[in-house]
Amino acid sequence: MAGKVFAVVVVIVTLAIAYCVMAHVWWMPVDISVHGPNIDHQIEETVLGAGILFIAGQLVLAAFSFLYGDSKGARKMKSFPGGAKPLILFACVVVGIEVLVLSFVGSKAWGSVYFTPPDPNSLRVDVQGGQFAFYFRYPGPDGKFGPLHPELINEGTQNYFGLDPDHDADSKDDIVTAGLAIPVNKPVLLTLHSKDMGHSFYVRELRIQQDLVPGIVIPIHFTAIQTGRFEIVCTQLCGLGHYNMKAYLEVMSQADFDSWLKQQAALQ
Amino acid sequence: MHDMSAQATTHHAPPQGFIRKYVFSADHKVIGIQYTTLSLVAAFIGMALSWVMRIHLGWPTAAIPLLGTLSPNGAPGGVPTPEYYLSLMTMHGTIMAFFVLTAAPMSGYGNSMLPIQVGAADMAFPRLNMASFWVTFVGFVLACATFLIPDGPPISGWTAYAPLSAVGPVAGPGQGWGQNLWGLSIAAFCVASLLGSLNFIVTTLELRTKGMTLSRLPLSTWAWFINAWVGLLAFAVLLPTCLLLVLDRLGGTSFFIPGGLVVNDKVLPHSGGSPLLFQHLFWFFGHPEVYLIILPAFGIVAHVMPTFIRKPLVGGWKVITFAMIAVGTLSFVVWGHHMFVSGMSPYMAMVFSVPTLIITIPSVIVVLVFAASLYGSNMRFTTPMLFCLGFISLFITGGIGGFFLAQPAVDSYLHATSFVVGHFHFTMGLSAIFATFAGFYYWFPKMWGRMMNETLGKVHFWLSFVGVYCVFMPMHLMGFTGAVRRYSSFVDDFMVPLIPTNRFITVFALLLGAAQLIFFYNAIWSRLKGPKAPNNPWQATTLEWDTTSPPPFDNFGGRQITVYHGPMEYDGDASVMQNSPEKSVAGT
Amino acid sequence: MNDGEKNSWKTEYRVVALASVLLVFALGFLHSGRSTSAASAGEITGTVKLDGAAPHQRAIDMAKEPSCAAVHKDKPITTENVVAGANGGLANVVVYISQGLTGNEAASSQPAQIDQKGCQYIPHVVAVNPGQHMKILNSDQTSHNIHPQATKNSEWNKSQLSGAPPLDVVWANEEISIPVKCNIHPWMHAYIVIVKGPYGVSDDSGSFKLDNVPPGAYTLTAWQETYGTQTQNVTVAAGKPATVSFTFKAK
Repeated sequence: MAGKVFAVVVVIVTLAIAYCVMAHVWWMPVDISVHGPNIDHQIEETVLGAGILFIAGQLVLAAFSFLYGDSKGARKMKSFPGGAKPLILFACVVVGIEVLVLSFVGSKAWGSVYFTPPDPNSLRVDVQGGQFAFYFRYPGPDGKFGPLHPELINEGTQNYFGLDPDHDADSKDDIVTAGLAIPVNKPVLLTLHSKDMGHSFYVRELRIQQDLVPGIVIPIHFTAIQTGRFEIVCTQLCGLGHYNMKAYLEVMSQADFDSWLKQQAALQ
Repeated sequence: MHDMSAQATTHHAPPQGFIRKYVFSADHKVIGIQYTTLSLVAAFIGMALSWVMRIHLGWPTAAIPLLGTLSPNGAPGGVPTPEYYLSLMTMHGTIMAFFVLTAAPMSGYGNSMLPIQVGAADMAFPRLNMASFWVTFVGFVLACATFLIPDGPPISGWTAYAPLSAVGPVAGPGQGWGQNLWGLSIAAFCVASLLGSLNFIVTTLELRTKGMTLSRLPLSTWAWFINAWVGLLAFAVLLPTCLLLVLDRLGGTSFFIPGGLVVNDKVLPHSGGSPLLFQHLFWFFGHPEVYLIILPAFGIVAHVMPTFIRKPLVGGWKVITFAMIAVGTLSFVVWGHHMFVSGMSPYMAMVFSVPTLIITIPSVIVVLVFAASLYGSNMRFTTPMLFCLGFISLFITGGIGGFFLAQPAVDSYLHATSFVVGHFHFTMGLSAIFATFAGFYYWFPKMWGRMMNETLGKVHFWLSFVGVYCVFMPMHLMGFTGAVRRYSSFVDDFMVPLIPTNRFITVFALLLGAAQLIFFYNAIWSRLKGPKAPNNPWQATTLEWDTTSPPPFDNFGGRQITVYHGPMEYDGDASVMQNSPEKSVAGT
Repeated sequence: MNDGEKNSWKTEYRVVALASVLLVFALGFLHSGRSTSAASAGEITGTVKLDGAAPHQRAIDMAKEPSCAAVHKDKPITTENVVAGANGGLANVVVYISQGLTGNEAASSQPAQIDQKGCQYIPHVVAVNPGQHMKILNSDQTSHNIHPQATKNSEWNKSQLSGAPPLDVVWANEEISIPVKCNIHPWMHAYIVIVKGPYGVSDDSGSFKLDNVPPGAYTLTAWQETYGTQTQNVTVAAGKPATVSFTFKAK
């Protein structure tokens, strides 16, 4: 009896999970990047391949539990036809092929983010993560970022990056903002660094997630193809305020972006 | 091959006095019980921590009863502060991963059963074994001590990434002496495990009784033996890592801290270190660690199942054993899959991804063997058997999650989301725990000489099986929305709509916790008042069932044990003990 | 009333009047340990001015905390390192007595207060005596984590959830000054100045007042977070308010 109940429970659970996944009850938000479709495609392929194995495995388990339990009186033991050979074959061949296909196709999706060089005309933005906010820096008309002086960081005067415009010419026109605004359909190159702990830059809609590692400057590039307001959240445990560490990404038309940048420059 | 009779290895008389018999005992059976009891206490603490965490996640502003009195600093008025939540989370992970999942199925049951299963009178180094337990105990006390110091336990997670864990109290609340105690606690655990591995390996190689060839070893012994090798290499790396971390904190070194950091307005004096170095060192241990947790689980299920399906496993001892060896070996070359987006070279990401996907193959073989062995059997649905069936279902589900996370492109979306939390709870927290329960119900009669209550055991199983799916599957699904993990409360625009799902999880987590109380009650009541256990209540065939429950001091009462068969001599109602000269019924 | 009754009435009045005056003196004398007797307490008033233009105060973008950003959406706030009014008055200057106190001054019994409101510390500068209670409130929908970075007192760090009861803090030692930050919201800054004796903090027009100053000769110090300190000598006579003014030069 217990075997039959177990089988029913497993089937119900399996169908419930399959439904939730296939109906996208909880699912990814809209994809707004050029490389995003590669990742989404990869996820869908994995859902299909892994999903088939998941359902098959649970249903086989349920079937065997249902059929081969607890019958009173002697029952002749049967061994699995073919013994271990078909199992090993299945694992090595079927799973092996699935694994290799996912690796090869997946490497293209990964490569579209990390193995393609950034566009030389990218808009460059310097991103700093620090307990517990993100700040952004645009290079200004001279196109150059001024050097950073950690000992000059002063949050009370809002010198988050530790800039010294009085002595560093390149810093004079740097524009520091609390939000990341970018023009739509234009390649963007971010350079990520951390002021204190490990942090991470995650924008679900961009399909981008990259840790900010103290001591290293990490570049990441993308092109957004849809306007809107999206959240940038920290995903690397950085202290008590980790849950509250975020900023907004605003993707806007080139004209809107230009006037936004001018406005921000005036506020420096 | 050594021919050590049970008599030859009894090198001293039974101990006298309460302290020598039950406290500072060198008897592997007592040590096994001590380890198992420690993990039960740790499991209760770890579970209680998770209840507070879950209530807070579902209702972040709610005052939790008793908490304001226990922690007036961390939870004023009974409402957890963000740092308090993170400290609970850190200790939940630390206590569960080390003192429950690594301790119980390996050190607990392994110590209790391995010498008996190979036909020996004790472990090769009994006093070293005693030291292992007491050093583990010291580690546990240090971990619990973090709750009693003013600044509380660390908040950096069980993974303790630098620089947060390395820069010291300047990083804020929760990074004071708690992190130092944590480092020392884990270092003690490492030392104890290394000593334990030594004992397991030497005992299995050198103390097997006459006729106990490697091909006749019970599969649980194989699992403990393979695991001991994995542990030797993995803990050997974690131990210095913890010490380097403590040195950075107290000794002014900069192994993991680069220059130019400004923390809380202070420019730190460190320079030259690398946070990624910490991650590599930690995960070089951390990935094998999860296999250190699952390999004994494989061994327990492989050992328990034949008893209740009344036939050998498909492929005999060889397929499972070689699959376990493959898993254990490959576990050392996949650690970078925890670091795909860490700033490690993206080319290395592909290098780690391939073996991570390949390690699926031996794991799938293990699951297929278990499932296929059910074919044509006549299952006896005892509590241990039910937990074995539950293990199979849970490990399939958990393993499927691995397909997603093993691919860097997919992981770049799912990393640090609740999908990961669901995945590792299914594989480590649920599958391994179900196997541990199977082992507990199976070996309880042998270890304590009494039978557990079957009805309560079955209730425990059904409530737990449904409960764990209700608690941890929604975490996988929420992960697809990008719900971030390790957040003490949900304030982001896209996280707020997930609070109802969180509440659903919390309700079932509390029910699941209540179901575990049935288990604790059953264990304690049965220990005190359960019916006396016969030698072989399950009609099993391995050597531990050919002695009294519990076994005498030297395991076999001075008898000479000679082994004639493999461990899976079952054919329906018929079965043949390993040391019986009767004819084989299953051809093993 | 006839003349005889009026005369005895006048005597009774005189007795009552004298007794009242004596009573007042007696009560005043009894209270003189806490503060100066009512009849002789002095006060120091004055203004602090800024000579020159205040340095540019940057606007604060609170986008990462939407509930606070909403509070300031019509009127964005700026940093408050130098807050100068229209007529040149310099706000947030702490004026205190640095020389001339007996050292036995008791702490003020009125609790000081700092509120976290709209993700801002209000007020930006708080002065308090050692031993005087200070209440810290969180009037926001978000949690805050108040971190006074003290060096002469113990440095501490406390999370305060939205809706939590006020924290009650007492400082042991004098300290000029303690920068206060919020660990969760990097733009939040305040200062706590802990001094013995009477103190005053200048308002938006630069005016300040020190109450309950016993007659005597003193050195007053004015502290401003960007410009540092200045001193002036002052003598306080019984019953007569003294006036002092300070001028800081804009850099």
